Order: sequence, then structure tokens, then C-alpha cells
Amino acid sequence: MERPAWAPRSIDISVPSVSRIYDYYLGGSHNFEVDREAARRAMEFMPGLPKVMQANRAFMRRAVRFAAGEGITQFLDIGSGIPTFGNVHEVAQAAAPGARVVYVDHDPVAVAHSEAVLADNDDADVIAADLLKPREILTSPRLERLIDLKRPVALLLVAILHFVDDADDPYGAVAELREALAPGSLLILTHATYEGIPLPAERAEGAVDVYKDIRNPLIMRSRDEVARFFEGYDMVEPGLVQMPHWRPDSAPEDEDPYAFAGFAGVGRSA
Amino acid sequence: MSAEPDGPEDRLLRLTTIWSRAVYPVTSTSLTRAEFAERLLPLARRLSELLRARSFDAEAAKAVGAALVGAHCTDPEALSRTLDCVDAYLVLYCGEDGPQDELRLRSSRLQHAMAAGYAQALRERTRAEQEAIAQAALRAQGVVAQALHASEARFRAVFEGAAIGIGIADLRGNVLQVNEALLRMFGLSEPTLRGRRVQDWAHPEDAPQIRRLYEELVRGEREHYHVEKAFNRPDGTVLWTNLTVSLLRDADGSPQYQLALMEDTTERRLLNLRLRYEATHDALTGLPNRTLFFERLEKALNAGEGQRFGLCYLDLDGFKTINDSLGHAAGDRLLVEVADRLQSCATAPGEMVARLGGDEFVALTTGPGTERGVDELAERIMNALVTPISIDGRDLLVRGSLGIVEGPAGERTAAEVLRSADITMYRAKSAGGNRAELADPEADARAITRHGLTTALPTALERGEFFIEYQPLVHLGDGSVRGAEALVRWLHPQHGVLGPDRFIPLAEHTGLIVPLGRWVLEESIRQARAWRERHGGQAGPLRINVNLSPCQLGHPGLVQDTVDILERAGVTPDALCLEVTESALIGADDDLLKPLRRLAEMGVDIALDDFGTGYSNLANLRRLPVSILKLDRSFTQGMQRFPADPVDLKIVEGIVSLAHSLDLAVTVEGVETGAQAEQLRILGCDTAQGWYYARPGPPERLHDLTLVDSTG
Repeated sequence: MERPAWAPRSIDISVPSVSRIYDYYLGGSHNFEVDREAARRAMEFMPGLPKVMQANRAFMRRAVRFAAGEGITQFLDIGSGIPTFGNVHEVAQAAAPGARVVYVDHDPVAVAHSEAVLADNDDADVIAADLLKPREILTSPRLERLIDLKRPVALLLVAILHFVDDADDPYGAVAELREALAPGSLLILTHATYEGIPLPAERAEGAVDVYKDIRNPLIMRSRDEVARFFEGYDMVEPGLVQMPHWRPDSAPEDEDPYAFAGFAGVGRSA
Repeated sequence: MSAEPDGPEDRLLRLTTIWSRAVYPVTSTSLTRAEFAERLLPLARRLSELLRARSFDAEAAKAVGAALVGAHCTDPEALSRTLDCVDAYLVLYCGEDGPQDELRLRSSRLQHAMAAGYAQALRERTRAEQEAIAQAALRAQGVVAQALHASEARFRAVFEGAAIGIGIADLRGNVLQVNEALLRMFGLSEPTLRGRRVQDWAHPEDAPQIRRLYEELVRGEREHYHVEKAFNRPDGTVLWTNLTVSLLRDADGSPQYQLALMEDTTERRLLNLRLRYEATHDALTGLPNRTLFFERLEKALNAGEGQRFGLCYLDLDGFKTINDSLGHAAGDRLLVEVADRLQSCATAPGEMVARLGGDEFVALTTGPGTERGVDELAERIMNALVTPISIDGRDLLVRGSLGIVEGPAGERTAAEVLRSADITMYRAKSAGGNRAELADPEADARAITRHGLTTALPTALERGEFFIEYQPLVHLGDGSVRGAEALVRWLHPQHGVLGPDRFIPLAEHTGLIVPLGRWVLEESIRQARAWRERHGGQAGPLRINVNLSPCQLGHPGLVQDTVDILERAGVTPDALCLEVTESALIGADDDLLKPLRRLAEMGVDIALDDFGTGYSNLANLRRLPVSILKLDRSFTQGMQRFPADPVDLKIVEGIVSLAHSLDLAVTVEGVETGAQAEQLRILGCDTAQGWYYARPGPPERLHDLTLVDSTG
């Protein structure tokens, strides 16, 4: 029988989870053997995968600091996963004390863990919801408690959109989110791509197949395809670029070659 | 912080940079290189102090190792590179001028302690994180389980509380689960229902496609179907349902169960059947009514090649009298009894009896052999009416007139068939009733024309479509024209000139005869005056004969109308002769004769028309105010031959003698030959008319004849 929309899917920790795999790549132990096994298989094709994740995190930190520097004090992080060291609320609240952060994820384990981590943090919370149902996110009481949508918000879609197939209309979902945000809001986004991977495409496809096997297919998109997520927003300098090139703290030449495997950008709502 | 070149602080910074460069690539931190180096600087300072401290502080060294884990250096490679770095550079950059051997030993011990501290911290962190994620998984599962439990509880409530019956069976038809509502509908307990098979519920009233739909569904070729279906209840009653059966598939899409949703429609169906029954049956007799009869007749007429139909249309004779004399309640009981008897006449398949209304019934038979079947049906109906019907202790003799129509399907509409049956029934009725007549296309056509003429009569009079022809009456003694009979004609726009036999009976039937008769009288009198003015009495007064119908005879205005017309025209009554048929006067009482007598007293002649055709009461002749007998043409026909029929001669001779002895003149009709005329003259007839003298014609012709006559 079809599962009713309001009943959460059951939890099967024998199935790898992308958020726990991500945690593993970031050196965390918030994962199970199945997650590590999948992560190691992907690394057989792309040994530098942890560096890709690290570059994502590093960009996120720079972008959050940039947003705080722009005066933004509200952060909405969709696809937040397992909270690891240097998470959005740590960075944001360090840069702008009192900044409010709402995390969104559809992985119930990630949500449960986030709840535990944020138990003592009045200015941060987590919502169990799906990126593809923006209305549920935007009308959630937890969001309404912390975020005033009439004021600018930094919306983070870091390393999430490459898990959404075109058939599920990620562009529509992102458009709905963009339109809900007040002028001056920022869209902070990264996306996986074949461009810039220091490997022949066939090898990278091996890693993509691993995600396919765990029923979280990885959708690689071109630069133009990624740029469409910013439709209607003005790109902040330097635009949509490879991750290490976005407002670097140190010389990009020093970065691991894998750090360049992904686009990053920040757009501003007019 | 500014450092003196190659001073202790500068050397410490150089150590930190080397350390940071070695370890940063193997960390998974999101800190920048500079930030990472900043994190390492206090650790390097601590190590520098510990190197040169008086005594070895193992715990402090362990803390430095643990701090590495805190800086997110969770890859053991980070420890290895750290220890390499400490081993190679700590003494070199931070040893200052101390004894090298001791410093080396101290550095080595510091490394051991750092490794132990790192390992312990990493183990604790790993355990804590594993614990945290396991807890999170557990909590998340709890949340999901709770939600599932709530959703299942909701579903169970829906399942149990639903007003519609719900049942789940596997694909082989084994019933797995049913809800309360379904048990109530079936009047069964759950144990009896469970373990039954869906296929066991076939019902004789199942639509033929139900089996096919079911097979398609369980084979996975159909997602659902919707049917009306009956089920037998254990108590013998029938449960009717609106049934929807859906296929349930598992997550992979393979068929797994069938789900039946059913709504009890038994009462609604009964109500519908009753409404339908009431709409199609006569409340008094319970017979099918006009609506249902027409449905069946239409069906029979559309039955296709080789199929025929037979119809008997029955109207009771004299039912109105029974109703009027015994009351409506008795009339109703009679109709019920007749209905019962009729119903027993039409019990074969394809036969039906219906009440169309009032005392009109129809019996229908269908199939290929109705040519014979309808006759038998008619006979059964007539026989069924033979036995008197007992109402309130009286035995009532019921008779009926039956119109029979039989024919092949597909030629006529239901309305045409019923009209033919109606016409035929009326034919039986006008023939005296208590009989059956078979439909005849010509009789139908006549009836239909008659009907058309009847409805056209009133406007015809208004439009002046009638005209009058005159046939001379000749004196047999001298051959002079003594008058003429006015004969009305109708110039019909479609049918042309129609004789009185075609429309006078219709006019009598509708009462139009009174105004029509008055018009004829007026016209004729006007004509009589014209003639009188012309001839100035040369050849004696010309008299006009006008026919009077029985209906006019009984009309109260007859005498006054006649007087008015004569006076208005200024014509004396002796110019008029009114012809009345013998049959109209049979059994006439004084009331009916009174107007004739008044007219006779005024001087109007009265002729007894068609004399000898009715059952004439000769004795009656005396008291009738009649002065002329018009002998019917049948008596003169025998005289057209030569020699004339001796019996006819004798009869005419006798009548003439009788008439003359009563002081009545005798006029003969239908004279066609000279011999005839001569014979009649010899027999003593007074006047004659017929083709031998002239056919009926326009008034001018008569004028010419008179002239010839007077000059000849």
C-alpha cells in the first residue's frame, strides 16, 4: 500500500545515509559500518572525496561569515545533515552573536542528532522536512519561532541539490524558496559537477554509481545548469566559481586538487 | 605578536608552521590553514615548556595529544605526522642550550605521552559520537514508530468505524480481514466469514462481466472494478451492494491483495424497484400501465426480422352504465375482476396484459407465431368475459369489443399500431359490440379520413365549402317539373366533391348537422323564391324538398328556425317539403312528432323518406303528420328490366293503393329508364325523380328543364 504522505518512512540503519557518509568523510564517527563501507567504496574511485567535502565546509564557513558581515542574522540551512565541528550555527553565532539558525533535513536520524546537539541552544533549531516541499518548511512553527521572513535570510543549499533529480523539479522548489525570501536575502549554494574533477570522467562515474546503489543518485550538473538555481538573484562577486576560488582566505594554489570538484556561489535577492 | 628574529618566539612560530603544514592535509577540518596554525600555536608553546621543565609532566603531554583530537585531527596519520615533527624539530627549535641527551630523552617521553593522550581522546570522542548517533537513530526510530502507531490506529479506526463494508482477501480469494460494517451487511460473524473464498459469492443475478473483471484483477491486469452485485445472506435474504474491488500491490509493484469496498444498496434498490413498479403499473388493478405497455410494444416492434406482434384492444361495452347505476366502487371492483381474468389469459412468455385507462385494456403477444397466437388470445379473452361477474350479489354480464392488430415487427410505430387497434375496436363496437374485429388497412384508412373530415367540418361551413345541387321532381301524369330535392355537397380542398353519405353522419355525430341543416334550408328557400319570381306561377308553384336529419328533428329550435327562414325569404310554407327518414320516426313519441305536426299545420309538406326500408309500422302511418311517401329506390330497381319483376310490381301497387287510401301522395326515386317511368305511372305513382329525368345539378339546370317542360 502507498505510504500516506504524513507518515515518516521507516528507519533502516542497515541502509547507508548520505548525511552519515558525509560525516565520515569529515572525520566524524557519527556513522555506522554500512555508511563507512559505502564511503570507502566511493573513495576507491575518487580517493579525494573527503577533500571535496572539506572544501564544501570551508566555503560554507566563508559564505556564512560573509553573510554575517552583510548584516544577516537569520540562517536557514536545508540539507544540514549531521552537525559536525564548525557547523553553521557555530560560525554564524561566533561572527554575529544572537544569530538565529534553522536546520532542515529529511533524514530522521540526522534530525534526532541535531536536536540533541542543539538542545541547549535557544537560537538554533531543526525541522524534519523535505527540500521538495518548501511550503512545509516555510510554514513550520519551529521556523516561524526563529526566523522572520520579512527580514533578509541566508538560505544555505550546500551539497544537497545534486541529490535531486530533474524529474522531482528541484528548480521549482528552489524558486519557491527564493520567492519567499525578503529582499537582501542571500542564497548560498554548492553543487557537484564533473567539471574540475582531477580524474577521467569514467572513474568519477564509479563514485556516482555508488550513490546510485544506495538509492541516493548523485546528479552532476553543468555550470549553466547550476547557475539556473540563482534565477532572479544577483550573483555576489566572484559569481559561480569552483569552490576554492570563492573569496579564498589563502591561496587557492595550495588547495588539494579535489577541492575544485564543485561549484559554489552566493546570490542576493534584489 | 612580533618576534625577535631567531629569538625563542620566532623559533616557536617556525616550529608551529612546520607542524601545521605537515598535519593540515590529513585533517578534515574546515578551518583555514592560518586558523589551524593558530590552534596549534598554544600546543607548541606548551610542548616547548614541557621540554624544558624541571620534571616530566606526563598528564600535560597527554593533554596536548588530546587537544589534537579537539582540533579535529581525527585521522591517526595526523598523530604520526605530529610525532615525526616533534621528534625532528622540538629539541632543535625549543631546546635552547640545554643538554641534548636529556632533551632528546624528554622529547621522546613527551611523544609517548602525547600518543597515549591522543589515543585516549580519540577513543572517547569516537565512543561519544557512536553513542550519540546510536541514540539519535533510536530516538528517530521511536518517533517513526510512534507516528506509525498513530497512523495505524487512525487507519484501524477508519477501517472499523467505516459505514461501508471493507474486506481484504489474498489473490487466491481467501478472505483475510473484514470490518464490522461488512459483517453487519452479511449478517455473519467474523470466524464464518474469514476463511471463505471470494469466488463462493457468485450470485445468479451477477452481471456476466463480473467473473472476467475479477480474473483480470487478480492477474494484475486491472487496478480496480466497480459493479452492482448481489450476495445471499445466511437467512435467505439477498444483499445488494455497490462493490468496488481494488488491487493492492507491494512496494515493488507486484499484486498482493484485493480490497473490496461495498455499500449496502438493498433498500435503495427495493425503493427504486418499487418506484419503477409504481410508475409502470396501474394502482387499481396492478396490471402494467400505459407506460410499461408502450415500452414492451416498442420492444416488440423493434425485435428484428422474423419477429411479429399481436395486439388485442379491449373496451368494455356499457361500462359507463354500470358505473352510473351501481357506483364507482362497484365499477372499480368489476375492473379488478376483469383485470384478473385477462391476466390469466396472457400467461405465456412474450404475452402481457395492461390497463390503458378507464375500461380499456390491451393484451400483447410477441414472437414469431403471433398470426395464430393473437386469434387464440382474442378467443381466450372473449371466453374469459362469458361468465357473469358477481358484484354485491348481482351477476353482471360483461361484454367487450375487441380490436385485433397483428403484423411483423419493424413496419409501424407503436402509436400507429395502437391507433389501428383503437379504430378496429370501435368498428367492433359500432357493429354492436361483444365481438372481435381484425384490423383492416382500408377500414383504418377510412376511419382516419373520417376523422380528418370530422375535424374539418366546422371550418368548412365557415369557409363556404358546401354547396347545393338540385334534382327535379317530375309529375308522372304530365311530365311537368313540380319541384326539386336539395342535395348538399362538400367541395373539400383535398378530396374534391364529397356526397352527403360521406359527411352527414359525421355532422350528425358532432352536432354540426344543426347549423349545416339550417344553412341548407336557408339556401334552398332562397332558391325556391328565385324560381317563383322567375316563373311567376306559370307552371304552378315550384316546391323545394329539404332533408331533415334525426338530430335536427329533435332540435328544439326547428319550428321557429323554419318559420323565420320562410318569413325572411317571403316564401309561403307550401313551397317547402321536409323529408324525414322512416327510421328516424320508428317508435317516435308525440313529443318528437309535435314539431312536425306544427309544421304540417302551417302548410309545410312532410315526406316520409326511404319508405319501405325500415320495419314500417303501417298502422303508425295514420298518426304521422305525413303527406307524401317516398318509395325507396330498391322497389323500382326490379322494373328496370323488361319484363318487370312481377313481385315488385305487386308490392308497389299495394303501397300506392295503401297510400292513396290514407290520402298520401307517392314519390318514387331512382327512375332511370323510360319503361320504368311508364310502369310507375301505370301503377299510380304521383311523382318521380331519377337519372332518367336529370341528375342532381346546379339550380340553372332546373330552370332550363322547367322552360323545356313548359314550352314542350
